[in-house]
Amino acid sequence: MANALLDLPKTARKGEVIKITTLVSHLMETGYRREISGAVIPRLIIHTFTCRYDGEEVFRAELFPAMAANPLIAFSTIATKSGPISFTWVDDAGITLTESVDLVVTD
Amino acid sequence: MIEPYPLSRRSVLVQVAASFAFLATRPAFAEADETAQAIREFTGGAKITPGKVSIEVAPLVENGNSVALAVAVESPMTVDHHVKTIALFNEKNPQPQIARFHLSPRSGTSRVETRIRLATTQHITAIAQLSDGSFWSQEVEVIVTIAACTEE
Repeated sequence: MANALLDLPKTARKGEVIKITTLVSHLMETGYRREISGAVIPRLIIHTFTCRYDGEEVFRAELFPAMAANPLIAFSTIATKSGPISFTWVDDAGITLTESVDLVVTD
Repeated sequence: MIEPYPLSRRSVLVQVAASFAFLATRPAFAEADETAQAIREFTGGAKITPGKVSIEVAPLVENGNSVALAVAVESPMTVDHHVKTIALFNEKNPQPQIARFHLSPRSGTSRVETRIRLATTQHITAIAQLSDGSFWSQEVEVIVTIAACTEE
C-alpha cells in the first residue's frame, strides 16, 4: 500500500460538520482476473477502512471487490474538540496504512 | 501479463441477447438470487421499506471500472435517531456486495461518497439501517457502456 490523499479542513468551529475525503493508492485486485496461463490472480483488496477522532471510531467501511481501484471514500464528522483524526486502511495481505491529521477546533 | 476476461463475439452476442430476455421477463423489484441472499444476510430478514435513501449516480456511465456514487439517508443524525449502517449491493458483478459504511451520531450527516466497479448494466441497491432497527432502501439502474474487468 502506498500513498493516501486526505482532504479535510485544518480548523473548524465547535459543532461544525466537516467533510473528509480520503483516497488511497491500491490496485484492489478483485480475485476474478486471470493471467494468460489461466491462473487466477489472487484477491488483494483493502477490506477495512476506519476513521478515529481523538481515539474514538467515528466512521468505518467494509469494502468488497466491487470497490474501484484506489478507493475513494468521503464522509463527514462533527468537530467536537481539537485532536488527531486518524485514518487506517487494512488489506488482505495484512498491510496496514495509518495517516493522522490534527484538527484545531475553535469555540 | 494480465489477460482481461475472455470476450468473444459469440459470448458478447449471447450475453446481450440474454440480458434483453432477462429485462423483458424481469418482475419489478426482483433481485438476482445472490443479491437477494446477501441483502437477507444484512437485514436478518427484516422488512425493508422503499424510501429515505437516495443514491446519486450517473444513469449512464462509459467506464464501469470507476463509477462515482453518493448515497444519503434522510435522518436527523441525533443520538436517538441516526443511521447506523449503509450497505450497497449490486446485481450482476461476480459478488453482490459493494461496501458497508458504519456511521454514528458523530457523523453529522448521513452522506457517503465513493467509487465502485460495475461489470455490466445493472441495478444498484442501497439499504440503510437506522438506530430504531428499521431498514430503508432505494434501487437505481446504471447503464454501463464499457464494463469493468475488460480493461487492463
